[in-house]
Formats: sequence, C-alpha cells, structure tokens
Amino acid sequence: MSRQPHDEQALDADDAILAFDDVSMRYGRGPETLKDLTFSLEPGSFHFLTGASGAGKSSLLKLIYLAAKPSKGLMHLFGQDVSTVPPKQQPMLRRRIGVVFQEFRLLDHMSAFDNVALPLRIAGRKPDSYRQDVAELLAWVGLRSRMHAMPATLAGGEKQRLAIARAVVNRPDILLADEPTGNVDHEMGLRILRLFVELNRLGTTVLIATHDQDLVARSGKPVLHLEDGRLTQLGPIGGAS
Amino acid sequence: MSDFDPGRWKPAPFLPETDARDGSLIFVVATLCFLACLTALTVLATDRAARGWSDQLTGQATVIVRAKGSETPDSAAARAAEALSGLPGVGEVRALEKEKAEALIAPWLGDTADLDDLPVPRLVAVDLDPKAPATPQSLDKALKAQGLDAVVDDHSIWLKDIQRAAGIARWIGVGVFVLIAAAAGAVVAFATRAGLTARHEVVEVLHLAGAEDTFIARLFQMRFARMAALAGLFGAGGAAIMGAILRLMGGGQGLTPVLPIVWTDLLAVLPCPVAAGLVAAVAARLTAQSLIAKMT
Repeated sequence: MSRQPHDEQALDADDAILAFDDVSMRYGRGPETLKDLTFSLEPGSFHFLTGASGAGKSSLLKLIYLAAKPSKGLMHLFGQDVSTVPPKQQPMLRRRIGVVFQEFRLLDHMSAFDNVALPLRIAGRKPDSYRQDVAELLAWVGLRSRMHAMPATLAGGEKQRLAIARAVVNRPDILLADEPTGNVDHEMGLRILRLFVELNRLGTTVLIATHDQDLVARSGKPVLHLEDGRLTQLGPIGGAS
Repeated sequence: MSDFDPGRWKPAPFLPETDARDGSLIFVVATLCFLACLTALTVLATDRAARGWSDQLTGQATVIVRAKGSETPDSAAARAAEALSGLPGVGEVRALEKEKAEALIAPWLGDTADLDDLPVPRLVAVDLDPKAPATPQSLDKALKAQGLDAVVDDHSIWLKDIQRAAGIARWIGVGVFVLIAAAAGAVVAFATRAGLTARHEVVEVLHLAGAEDTFIARLFQMRFARMAALAGLFGAGGAAIMGAILRLMGGGQGLTPVLPIVWTDLLAVLPCPVAAGLVAAVAARLTAQSLIAKMT
C-alpha cells in the first residue's frame, strides 16, 4: 500500500522501500515538474503511476532511479536519504533498481543474451556464474529461441520482454516501468502485466507508469495519480485482476 | 528452437566496435601525427646542420697576412704559419696557396683583372684544439711578436648569427610540434564528445545498469587511445618513409647538406603511437567524465 507519511499508520522512512517527504523537482531553472510529493511504498508492493502526458510520471521515475535530484524535500530509498549518498555509492543503489522503458533502450550491438547479461557483467560477476541464469530468465520471458537474436530483428513485444528480463536479472528490490505496454498490442500488454505480477509475487516491489486505464483496472492494484506534478489520488481505482 | 549454446557464449564488447566516423578520425589524427613526426625530423636535421656549421667555425681561425717592405707574400705567410705552429690550443696550421686567396677575391674583381699587379693578402688556415682553443688575442700576440702585418678572424661574427638562427629554428620546430600535438588532443576530445553524444543511450543504459562513471569513461578512454595509437602508427610510418626518401635522395649527405637527415633520426618517430595514444587517453577520459557528469 502507499501511505502518506503524516498518517498515523504512515511507514517510517527506514521501513519503506521508497519514501518521499514533501519532494519537489524542477529541470534547471524551469518551473516545478513535481510539487510537494509525500508518499511511501512498502517492500513487495505493486503500484501503478497514472496521469496525463506531462503530469510528471517520467520525472518521478527519474528521481527514483537516481537520474535526477529533488529540488526540495527528502527522498529515502532503501532506508537511505539519497541526498547523503556519495556519488561513488550511487551505482550500488542503482543495481538494486530495475528499469523498463517504453522505447526498450536495448543495446543494438549486443545479442538478446548479451543485453540480459549486461547488469551482471557490470556488477563484476564471472560469466560461468550466470550463463545458466540468463538462459533460464530468457526462457521465462518466452525468448528461449531468440537468445542469439540481435534487438533489431525482434518484434515489439519480444523487445519489451527482453527489456524486462534485463531489468530483473540482477534481482532488483524495486522494478520501475515507464509505459511498458505503450509499444505493444493489447494481448502482449496483458502478457507483460502477468510477468510483472509474477515478479511481484517473488518479492519485487513494482511501480508501473502507464496511460493504459484498462490495464490498471484489470489489475486491481493501487494507483498513484499525478496531475500537473501533484499527487492527487492514492489507492485502488477498482476492477479485478 | 535456437541453436544458441549459453556455455559457449562470449561477452560482446560494451561499446559498438565500429563507427562510420572512426575512419575519418583515424585519418585526421594520422595526418596530424605525420606532420608532428616530420616536424621532429626537421628539427633534428636543422639542429645537426647548425651544430656542424658551428663546430666548423669554432674549430678554425683564418689569418690574413699582408707582406711588409721587401718581403714577399709567400714568405710572410710562411712566417705567420711558423709563428702560430706549436702555440697552446693550436693544431694544424697551413699557409694557403696564392691561387686560393685569388679565388676568394675573384668574384669581386672578375676574370679580366690582372691579380699579379695587386697586393693580394695571403691566408693562413689555423685548426684550433676543440677542447681548449687558442684565443684570437693569443694568436694576434704571437703574430705581432714576429713583426707581421696580420689580422686574425675567429669567425665569431658568423658564429653568433648561425647559433641564433639555429636556436630560432629549433624553437619554431618545438612550437609547431607542440601545436600539432595540442591539435591532435583537441581533435580526439571533440571526437570523444561526438562519440558520447551519439552513444548517449548506451551510456545511459550502462549507467542505469549500475556502471560507475569511471567504468564508462574508461571504456571510451580505451577505445579512443587504441584508435589514436593506430593513427599514430600510420602517421609515424608515413613520416619514416618520407624521411627515408629524403635521406636516399640526397646520397651520403641527406637531401642537401643544409638539411642532413641520418638513419638514426628515423627512430624519433617511434614514440609517436604511444604519445598519440596517451594524448587521446587523457583527452577522452576528461571529456567523457565531464559529459557523463552532466548527463546524469
């Protein structure tokens, strides 16, 4: 569940996997993109992040995966105040976060297998320790027969499942997805949602930014709704998964 | 089913191995390295030429002897040579023949002049000890002691001009060399910036996957260092071939005695690939780190 920290039942920042306390954000000297956000996510929770284009969904995700900094307020990630984390330690935090983008962001010069193995190589793992894991993960996302394929030869749904495999291969504590079903058809969108739900059952905290109200309604998962940079809705919007 | 065998999988390089712009970058850096190596060869040859002229002038003095009274010019020249022989700091002393003295003034008088009617002075060539050469004053004193009307020319006027010209040529060469090396560094820095911008997404993906800034910067550093070292190899090879051609064209004395290149000079191009690689590595590292810091 998402909770407001000022509630009586609000999670302590140390207990939450993610906690925002009056956080705002702006790009350069521009206007505030996110305004006074206060919420927290429990470990193992599943949330959708909704809102119109320009409402600040991608900016909120950027803050969480440490590609941007708050201009105001306190942000705790894995119990740590991110403003006090030295730059040299930030990569270690990023390794605990998986990110899936609408436009996939796969490395075109690498095979599907190489793309998935990338976070493990960066973490310094020896190939022998993860070859089998990567192969099993690719099979789990339905790409057993496409391990050697280059991204340019994959269909949209295959690319998105490959991106998901890459995001979760390191067993992240939190998985962020920015419009993960934006470039795939409805059927594939549901298939991808089932992957996220399975990952969540395995203990990964999931936050998915989407426009797809049908997907949100079908899942029955709680929603964080952004409107003009402000959080206006916390909780489920109904529907069954 | 896929015939892919994970057990035989070899990790792909983090950065794409080829880029359409690599060829033009290698060409530009190779050209700069070629020019830098040619400049280095020219500086070496100029320095050698200047030292040769300087050694010749400092190792010799010329005495101009005029006969007095009834003494013949040949006798005066012989007496001058005898007076200087055996002096400390003096090696071989030779009274030059009348024809040599006349040959020296012939350009001013022409072939028609009857030089027998003119009191042409005689010349005495004096080889000085290179380690402790006799001073012009000591030579003059010895000549005066024999009552000779003689002037000692130690070539000091020419020597200063030659040494100054050689010094200027050397510093111009070094300056051009430094400018070219700086230009090569700047080209590599621009190329790194362009490479990073073009691979913005690769950098971002590596970053999101938990790569440290220094790890990403090192990838670009190694890539551009390798490329520049290869370009340096081409440039140095080209300059060595050009130097060898110049050496062969001029026979035993190089292209001309004015620019004497010797075979060992060609060794000067050897550090070029390493130097180009180092310049590129430093430029790429600094550029990459600053761009990654701005990117995130």
